Amino acid sequence: MSYTPHTQEDIKQMLSAIGAKSIDDLFQDIPAALAPKSFNIPAPKSEFVVTQILHKLSLKNATNLVNFVGGGFYDHFIPASVEAIVSRPEFYTAYTPYQPECSQGWLQAIYEYQSIICQLTALDVSNASLYDGGTALFEAMMIAIRQTGRKKIILDSGVNLIYRTMLYTYTKNLSVEFIEIPVAHGQSSREELVKYLDDKTAAVILQNPNFFGAIDDHTDIVEKVHKFGALAIASVYPVSLGMLKSPGEMGFDIATGEGQSLGIPLFFGGPYLGFMAVKSQLVRQMPGRIVGATVDSDGKRGFVLTLQTREQHIRRQKATSNICSNEALCALRAAVFVSLLGREGLKELAEHNYSKAEFAKEQLSRISGVQVKRSSPTFNEFTVLLPKGADEVVHRMIDKGFACGFPLGRFYKGMDNYLLIAVTEKRTKEEIRRLVDSLEAVL
Amino acid sequence: MKLIFEKHKEGRRGFLYGKCDVDKPKPLAEKYCRKTQAHLASLSELDVVRHYTNMSRFNFSVDTHFYPLGSCTMKYNPKFCERIASFEGFSGVHPLLPQLSGGGMLAQGSLEVLYETEKLLCEITGMKAFSMQPLAGAHGELTGVMLIAAYHKDKGNRRKYIIVPDSSHGTNPSSAAIAGYEIKVIPTGLDGYMDLDEYKKQLNNEVAAVMLTCPDTLGIFNPRIKEIADLAHKCAALMYYDGANLNAMLGKARPGDIGFDVMHINLHKTFATPHGGGGPGAGPVGVSEKLVEFLPISRIKKRDDGTYALDYHQQKSIGYIAPFYGNFGVILKAYAYILVLGKEGLIKATEMAVLNANYCQAILKDYYELPFDKRCMHECVFSAVRQAKNGVAALDIAKYLIDKGYHPPTIYFPLIVKEALMIEPTETESKETIDAFIEVMIEIAHLAQENPTAVNCAPVNMPIKRLDEVRAARQPDLCWKEESS
Repeated sequence: MSYTPHTQEDIKQMLSAIGAKSIDDLFQDIPAALAPKSFNIPAPKSEFVVTQILHKLSLKNATNLVNFVGGGFYDHFIPASVEAIVSRPEFYTAYTPYQPECSQGWLQAIYEYQSIICQLTALDVSNASLYDGGTALFEAMMIAIRQTGRKKIILDSGVNLIYRTMLYTYTKNLSVEFIEIPVAHGQSSREELVKYLDDKTAAVILQNPNFFGAIDDHTDIVEKVHKFGALAIASVYPVSLGMLKSPGEMGFDIATGEGQSLGIPLFFGGPYLGFMAVKSQLVRQMPGRIVGATVDSDGKRGFVLTLQTREQHIRRQKATSNICSNEALCALRAAVFVSLLGREGLKELAEHNYSKAEFAKEQLSRISGVQVKRSSPTFNEFTVLLPKGADEVVHRMIDKGFACGFPLGRFYKGMDNYLLIAVTEKRTKEEIRRLVDSLEAVL
Repeated sequence: MKLIFEKHKEGRRGFLYGKCDVDKPKPLAEKYCRKTQAHLASLSELDVVRHYTNMSRFNFSVDTHFYPLGSCTMKYNPKFCERIASFEGFSGVHPLLPQLSGGGMLAQGSLEVLYETEKLLCEITGMKAFSMQPLAGAHGELTGVMLIAAYHKDKGNRRKYIIVPDSSHGTNPSSAAIAGYEIKVIPTGLDGYMDLDEYKKQLNNEVAAVMLTCPDTLGIFNPRIKEIADLAHKCAALMYYDGANLNAMLGKARPGDIGFDVMHINLHKTFATPHGGGGPGAGPVGVSEKLVEFLPISRIKKRDDGTYALDYHQQKSIGYIAPFYGNFGVILKAYAYILVLGKEGLIKATEMAVLNANYCQAILKDYYELPFDKRCMHECVFSAVRQAKNGVAALDIAKYLIDKGYHPPTIYFPLIVKEALMIEPTETESKETIDAFIEVMIEIAHLAQENPTAVNCAPVNMPIKRLDEVRAARQPDLCWKEESS
């Protein structure tokens, strides 16, 4: 199969217009010595055959597991109209809106997305999105380093371990100094965090709810951070913002997060959506694309890509970042998802998640030998201590049809018996009860 | 068109979660709760669907318009790939599943897709191994430069520069800078190739790598590319291949055979995955033998029994550059596309892309300045300097094309060509479409001589006229505010 429309006659006419004898003639600049040493690609297959092959492959993945795994990536319901809108080819087969007059649909959609992120985070400016929550957090850290001219980063170990590991990878060749502060009773450890604050600190990075699901109010920490002229960066879970205190309300300078929960399928790790919002004074340090409103020559409102002098295509090695795309289609999903829910719906979604997680906690604590950690409040994810190794328990629960949680021993030394359990609005009372029964049987 | 916030009506609902089937728990302490709710629009489902559907109609896209946006490669995106990506068995899988004990066997389908795609990309490019993780082309560049840094560090080489030609994509120097390198820029000679004398002068044992696009951003294949690579290797510098233009040489030459050590592929450009208004893309990174051990973790391996697993044990790995295994949804579509095209289809795609570009170039060179008059590959770069003398700039040409129903070519890039117009017709466009486009380009060339104002005032047929971009930057309005509605 090929999607090329050329007939033999077309090719003949075109070659003659070019003044070339043959197709091979067009490749005369590639020296014969550079011909591929091998190009052993299978022969073409029909669309029917490939669809069948891949359908069979998809069935090798489990789809009937009841999912209680989170870790920053959650199994939320996606209304059908989200899919319907992002499936419109006018959206998904367009490119970056470099030419605003023929891209107003995309530009307005991104402007609305930016506005939604500002509303959720209670911060002033959002960009048009970044690759994922981890890369967004790295970019936020780089803003702080540029803005303050300092290199010390205080990192709460309640920040998702995946993100923390990414920060270390990205800064291997840069002189960034990290200080990691262990969490105390699930929440950020004030005493320890403040101890390391000084006038060399570029930023403090916190997460809410944190990796263990614990909720915190970081207002007091942010105040102290500002006293030292450093920036406060929050990594947040967007669904929780329907209910929990926003980064803006706590005084954070930058908020980032993973937008997957806003209408984006889990998809085995991507594509996802990194969001970022900042206070207005940081706008020129912001990485990536930004859409702004303006007027046309008749004074009518329209939208354009703006503040492009920060970007790589103009500033090259002096740009704020090397990013030249965004996750527009994922950002559109988030915008449509949030617009469908509206302010009441988002609140309702947050409340359902919270309520079901609390119910699960209560049910699980009835199993003898299982301890639900209750030292700090949680949102839709929480930690339990099992009487035996969580890895083994998870394995046996998989056989019973449950992805029952994430064993923390994988990431944290000495926590082999701890399990992180996430409950979204999709989990029914009955499923939660079955989880509890099965767990009881396994233990 | 009104903003969605301006359509808000208190009390309307677009989605209901229904009654929660568990009792309301004890409320959360107030200090943890939001004081002011986010001001989101409340609308019905139809309100939302109609809002975005109508907005979509203000976009040009590949499915609706010819879109010869050079360097971005806007070819047709086969529909069946979208269907495959919608299979629940792919879209519903949690990425942590294979990291659970016993979970790997429940994600074999996805792991196999990643493994097989990696093998195909290796064969297509002549590289030894790929990491599928980088989430976009520029992310791949950054990963590639980090691999280069890890390699030199391991060898004990002290290197601080990366060489890029002045015609390169802006991401090349910025990726290198973000990874901690200083940049040396090599000018383009009058012949359109990187200035070889200057290159030799700048090349020494402080250079970590040379980053090149091949064919380059002028759409030209440098016949001396092997010599350039050999010179770099003599100084123990590595060669980085920016895969943005790989679609011009499928089955004709392979970066690995030429001597490139690291490369990324923009899957959406070469393998037709849709780019959705600016993303998502995917930028897998390939390496030659000597860099395999530095690839990001995890890697996918095939066990002796034919099953697939994730391998986290690589001592010299640069670490995690993405949360999981890459933009799986995009990789899956590229895999399906490669299987359908097969060997013959991939070669044909390249051949017809190059045919279309050369055809455009051959006819339009009588009307527009061709700064480097030689055979092009998949794209051709003109300069509108002749038209600009009459007051018709590349930007005006772009706007006039919009009026005529064509997405404009890339303008003002590469930076080294004045008033650049970079046209990439791509292989999926027919001769008729290209002929009609050429006709409009010729019409503009005539208008530039006879009636430049007719071009200057474009577009006049669109819902909006030319937008004030200066005002957008000077008085930034980046977010809807409640009081402004």
